[in-house]
Amino acid sequence: MRRLQTFFHESHSATPHPTMFSRSLVTRQLLRQTARPATTRLSAPPSLLLRRLLSDQTRQAIDKAVGSAPVVLFMKGTPETPQCGFSRASIQILGMQGVDPDKFAAFNVLEDPELRQGIKEYSDWPTIPQLYIDKEFVGGCDIIVSMHQSGELAKLLDEKRVLLKEEQQAAAAADGKEQ
Amino acid sequence: MAEATITESSIKTALADRLKAVHVEVQDMSGGCGQAFTTLIVSPEFAGKNSLKRHRLVNAALKDEISQIHAWTAKCQTPEEWEKEKAATGGHDGPSMEGTTDGKVVGVDQ
Repeated sequence: MRRLQTFFHESHSATPHPTMFSRSLVTRQLLRQTARPATTRLSAPPSLLLRRLLSDQTRQAIDKAVGSAPVVLFMKGTPETPQCGFSRASIQILGMQGVDPDKFAAFNVLEDPELRQGIKEYSDWPTIPQLYIDKEFVGGCDIIVSMHQSGELAKLLDEKRVLLKEEQQAAAAADGKEQ
Repeated sequence: MAEATITESSIKTALADRLKAVHVEVQDMSGGCGQAFTTLIVSPEFAGKNSLKRHRLVNAALKDEISQIHAWTAKCQTPEEWEKEKAATGGHDGPSMEGTTDGKVVGVDQ
């Protein structure tokens, strides 16, 4: 758990300075912030992996991860290099929606076998990616895509105040065209 | 119990039995290894349930099957929604291809 927390702090320290917002793409920002893979793992004896039930330790670590930012995505790979089409689609949608990188954290389940298994049980959801907003499970890729298409996701993200401000988004978009 | 191979038809049968699905389309997007499927499921059981609840219903009905495959996509519609979408799209309502490249999912070997 401690190590997971370390990862989280590292991930946040990688957030670029606010003035850099206007200079690069929103998606880029989202990518960069969490680009660093978790170099550490949840510490647990290997025997724990064989257990069916989620240990308290793992549950607490996942609680922490889920609460580490308003928007949390458990994915395969990193936002910069997703290792699966579904994780890629999900991160792209969050970028398109204009999620504020400061309010976002991603966890790479491929770096951590216990997280990979544990998160499925924690959410009672069999697949990765998994999206949490304000500690509440939103869904996997199918749901993210359909909510994106229906406009529900934009509404939810707006209500939760996790989007970049309009001028930041406009600046990012304008910058994107120049590149 | 030995793990039975998951096929398009085994998924269809299971959904018809367990979810009273009136229409199921299953597409293998693994390129043949039988590890990735995208589906369109039409069942009256979805009525009055939001997207998350519908998916949870499907996940529960196919718990063992889904745990054996790498990639699983489901589009869950009620018979009414299905008719509506068919009418709106000129009959082109089918499984979602999101997350795939040319109908094949990438990166599932992870």
